[in-house]
Amino acid sequence: MSSKNLILSKIKNLAQKEKPIPEIPNFETPEDLPETFVKSVELNKSAVISSMELKDLVNSGAYPKVYSGSKLIEDLKTFPLPENPKDLNDLDLAIIDGQFGVAENAAIWLEDENLGLRAVPFITQHLVIVLEKSKILGNMHEAYVKIGSQFSGFGIFIAGPSKTADIEQSLVIGAHGAKSLKVVLV
Amino acid sequence: MSHPSQAANFLKDEKRAHWHDETLWFVREKRDISSKGIPEWEELRKLASGIKDHVLTKLDYYLEELEKKATENGIKVHWAQNAEEHNKIVLSILEEKKCKAIVKSKSILTEECHLNPFLEKHGVEVVDTDLGERIVQFLNQPPSHIVLPAIHLKKGDISEIFHEKLNTEKGNEDPTYLTNAARIHLRDKFMKAKVAITGVNFAIPETGEFVVCTNEGNADMGVHLADVHIACMGIEKIIPKREHLGVFLRLLARSATGQSITNYNSHFRSPAPGKEIHLILVDNGRTKQLGREKFKNSLKCIRCGACMNTCPIYRRSGGYSYGSTVPGPIGSILSPGIDVKKYSTLPFASTLCGSCSDVCPVKINIHEQLYEWRQEITKAQGWSAKGMSMKLANGIFKSPLAYKVSGKILRATLKTLPNSIIYNPLNVWGKGRTVPEVPKESFKEWYQKNRS
Repeated sequence: MSSKNLILSKIKNLAQKEKPIPEIPNFETPEDLPETFVKSVELNKSAVISSMELKDLVNSGAYPKVYSGSKLIEDLKTFPLPENPKDLNDLDLAIIDGQFGVAENAAIWLEDENLGLRAVPFITQHLVIVLEKSKILGNMHEAYVKIGSQFSGFGIFIAGPSKTADIEQSLVIGAHGAKSLKVVLV
Repeated sequence: MSHPSQAANFLKDEKRAHWHDETLWFVREKRDISSKGIPEWEELRKLASGIKDHVLTKLDYYLEELEKKATENGIKVHWAQNAEEHNKIVLSILEEKKCKAIVKSKSILTEECHLNPFLEKHGVEVVDTDLGERIVQFLNQPPSHIVLPAIHLKKGDISEIFHEKLNTEKGNEDPTYLTNAARIHLRDKFMKAKVAITGVNFAIPETGEFVVCTNEGNADMGVHLADVHIACMGIEKIIPKREHLGVFLRLLARSATGQSITNYNSHFRSPAPGKEIHLILVDNGRTKQLGREKFKNSLKCIRCGACMNTCPIYRRSGGYSYGSTVPGPIGSILSPGIDVKKYSTLPFASTLCGSCSDVCPVKINIHEQLYEWRQEITKAQGWSAKGMSMKLANGIFKSPLAYKVSGKILRATLKTLPNSIIYNPLNVWGKGRTVPEVPKESFKEWYQKNRS
């Protein structure tokens, strides 16, 4: 018998009585969604900036190599998307659009079509996610209702810059992925 | 393997043990603050527990569904009955890809299967990419905590090992400096690896996708730069639908570190063009545990580590004292299911205070199961010093004369009892304890003198 059949038959042989699956009720969500979202962003060590501030930052020359896939703001890219993600290793800044944000934890949902290449938000030194103010939901339950069954090979909730506290529980921003996350609300 | 003797080892460095205790309690407090911010917290725990209860009773159905949907999505699904088969599957994929160096993000399952030594024996370089895991890997140690792998180490230790392995400045203990050195070192490994291995936090039969959560982004750095992604999961990681992720993602990080959610919550549904995803479903004793009515609840665990951070024994004895892949309260009910002889002391490494059950996000009755394991183990061993003394006590309490006489004897002997009896290796209980000061007379004698 194959390993699959052996494992399945071991479970079947237990002849367990099925327990019902609980329904998820509607939980209350914060009243002022953008305000709660901004607070959550700051708690996660990210920052909210305006699109003008972003433009000034890029123009200041602080980020020589910029990729932008954003359709929500003016195109600021200085570097086109390569074919091989490894060619992004010296990328200073990536600007991408998020589909929606979640107020309770500042998580932002992105899919393949937002990322260009899946490696973009991780390999870049700094990350900017652009989000429409009107697309902020209350909690994770609403988030999954919104995602529904839409298909993307890869989808991700990003909630902050890369972090670690593995050395004596001291929080350090920028372990492997982006060293900073800025959210532009439009 | 004996928990008390290993714990004694840990406690030799009093200052460090105290730091360990305080630091984990601090994490526990962060969890409290975070969970109290959610009015429906208790309801979420009940939901999570109920969803897992349901899954476990239909696990065969959901596993087949997961395989079907994942295969439709272009994911290659493998089944492994045990650690050996799991390791062989991983190796065969690596051999097919002619891959001699891999990057791996945190996976308790691959620790359980001892994948690293197996691959290394076959000439494959394994690089653990979670910072804490990389640190303990440099020291040839296993993780001492499932969420905080290097929590037993101080920055001085890490500075020393980084100086040796990564050529950082001698004596520089700044966590930011050390983390940056690891970032540069690991980026190079990410750029070169053809195959990346990850664990799995949740797998969804409804969509055929699986979810991996990290704070560092190391899992994603690995898989998106490699050609092949191998994801390894225990068969109990299933939750039926996407909507259930809402419940579990709200609970996981709040329970683990007090964050409202992990930084990166990646949903893998199909490989990027030209790439491959393999998903290995591993039993390794889980179907056996599922058949144990009293203990099957332990399979609901989502590996948040909250029971470790709260446990007064874990905090004061360290992860290594358990000698098992998963330490702490949850490890003490999982490990005897794998090897009851080897792990026979673990269910006794608890005060049965119940704090572990109180913080568990999926409401596993951990302390009750610890108690149940004690019954099983004592039955199997048939003899215990404590059992004998209880029988003796039973006789004494039955006879008034025996009670009176033994009280006198006890008061006399306790005064003169040599320390060697309290502090001898057979009396584990005597460690760190001392006998009480003895009154000159019994309460009965005192009462007769003063009140009668």
